[in-house]
Amino acid sequence: MTLYSFMGALEIGLIFSLVALGVLISFRILNFPDLTVDGTFPLGGAVAATLIASGSDPFTATLVATAAGAFAGMLTGWFNVRLRIMDLLAGILLMTALYSINLRIMGKPNVPLIFEPTVFSVLLPGVLPDYIEKPLLLVVVVLVIKFALDWFFSSETGLAMRATGANPRMARAQGVATGRAKLAGLALSNALVSLAGALFAQSQGGSDISMGIGTIVIGLAAVIIGESVLPARRLIWMTLAVIIGAVLYRFFIALALNSEFIGLKSQDLNLVASLLVTFVLVLPILKRNLRLRGRQGG
Amino acid sequence: MLSAKNLKITFNAGTPIENRALRGLSLDIPTGQFVSVIGSNGAGKSTFLNAISGDLLVDEGSVTIDHTDVTRKHAWERADLVARVFQDPMAGTCEALTIEENMALAMARGRRRGFSFALNRQNRELFREKLAILNLGLEKRLTDRIGLLSGGQRQAVSLLMASLQPSRILLLDEHTAALDPKTAAFVLELTARIIEESKLTAMMVTHSMRQALDYGSRTVMLHQGQVVLDVSGKEREGMDVPHLLEMFERTRGEKVSDDALLLD
Repeated sequence: MTLYSFMGALEIGLIFSLVALGVLISFRILNFPDLTVDGTFPLGGAVAATLIASGSDPFTATLVATAAGAFAGMLTGWFNVRLRIMDLLAGILLMTALYSINLRIMGKPNVPLIFEPTVFSVLLPGVLPDYIEKPLLLVVVVLVIKFALDWFFSSETGLAMRATGANPRMARAQGVATGRAKLAGLALSNALVSLAGALFAQSQGGSDISMGIGTIVIGLAAVIIGESVLPARRLIWMTLAVIIGAVLYRFFIALALNSEFIGLKSQDLNLVASLLVTFVLVLPILKRNLRLRGRQGG
Repeated sequence: MLSAKNLKITFNAGTPIENRALRGLSLDIPTGQFVSVIGSNGAGKSTFLNAISGDLLVDEGSVTIDHTDVTRKHAWERADLVARVFQDPMAGTCEALTIEENMALAMARGRRRGFSFALNRQNRELFREKLAILNLGLEKRLTDRIGLLSGGQRQAVSLLMASLQPSRILLLDEHTAALDPKTAAFVLELTARIIEESKLTAMMVTHSMRQALDYGSRTVMLHQGQVVLDVSGKEREGMDVPHLLEMFERTRGEKVSDDALLLD
């Protein structure tokens, strides 16, 4: 692997670590299997790219994109809490609706950002090549968000949100409005995913309607890889684990696609992704089988 | 004080499995009284407790706690008035959270939750002090996940959690039923001590007539969603299980068939 492709994988891995943090909040903390992210990731890209292309300041555009994601997440929560639609289905409904909405926002299947200013072009000093500076900036952004989340989940409100996911009945008995906590959590989760989409569009030269396909798989893969690399119960380690998971995932993918002797091409990306997730999922079973066999042999 | 008037709750109304769990149940509990509630399976004990806590909203009737009408309020809106300990040790605490985090959650019961740290040196010190009373060595395990504790330990912590913030009524839902006899006795003694020390108004649902007579100052028996027996004061002193059974059979004109009620 060249330094260029290494830094490229790191860059995309860091952007997807925001998706992973979002998935950690919905799947693990709130215990809510939220599929909205397949729609909110391209939503972030669509909003940011369209605003920037129409002359808006990239920071405002990124902020609006994040808020749009939060709103979409809240809607999923509202579907589930108020309209009593099953959690999985609520996410699927929103994700499907967002496909049309994203097309409406962009007005066409893709919005390129080639010469327009982005958060990267504005913030990077330009001392080192872009492909080195971008990941460095992203490391800072991701770490700031990680510590902000750690702080939030150790606050009274954050603790109430964790209890909502872990034991809703107990949470209600302690005076937690669990419905509201769920809405807020899904808003936070999808805001992060949408922010990731906005950054992705700005780092990859534009937004595309199909860029959301498989977001949830990548997010889950990152969470699961993170958990198996760094098994921890404390939240500050869990947030770190999923960030590592997202970056590692990207490296595996880059390795697989760059090893010419395997003969994989870029269109095999989603196949490799699914295989990788499947492998990580069955890893505990494989490990146990190996251990059992070892015991028999001994 | 707690005042429940003419409570009615029907499950699956209008279907073949319709179940009229509460059929016009009324009960007043003055401030500072410790009431034990007894009844056979399906008598409506748990439904009654859930109606007071707000886990279930009543079809008819009203619930008033300290002159506040809470009939239409959800469980989390009543949490400033009602504290409770569940039957299942898993239900009353958050397995995935640590002992101190669970206690911090209970510390904020009925208050507005802000963005300050849920745990700080002061409340950790308080939790340690409270846990030390239990004599279970838990004061040294604040950062252990509560899932690592035994059922009895978890119920003991649940009791502490229920008493961290003042409440107008403490609800105990067969909170020793899932424990072995020795642990159950320990948790019961602890319950009596906490209620006595903090002069709490409390309602304890139990399956055992012995327990119902041994604890508290008043015993209420439910049957088919109504209060059928209400004894306190002189009448209750020196009363034993056969006597209670006899009174029950006289009022109902039928035999008690639930063996569990006869067990001590």
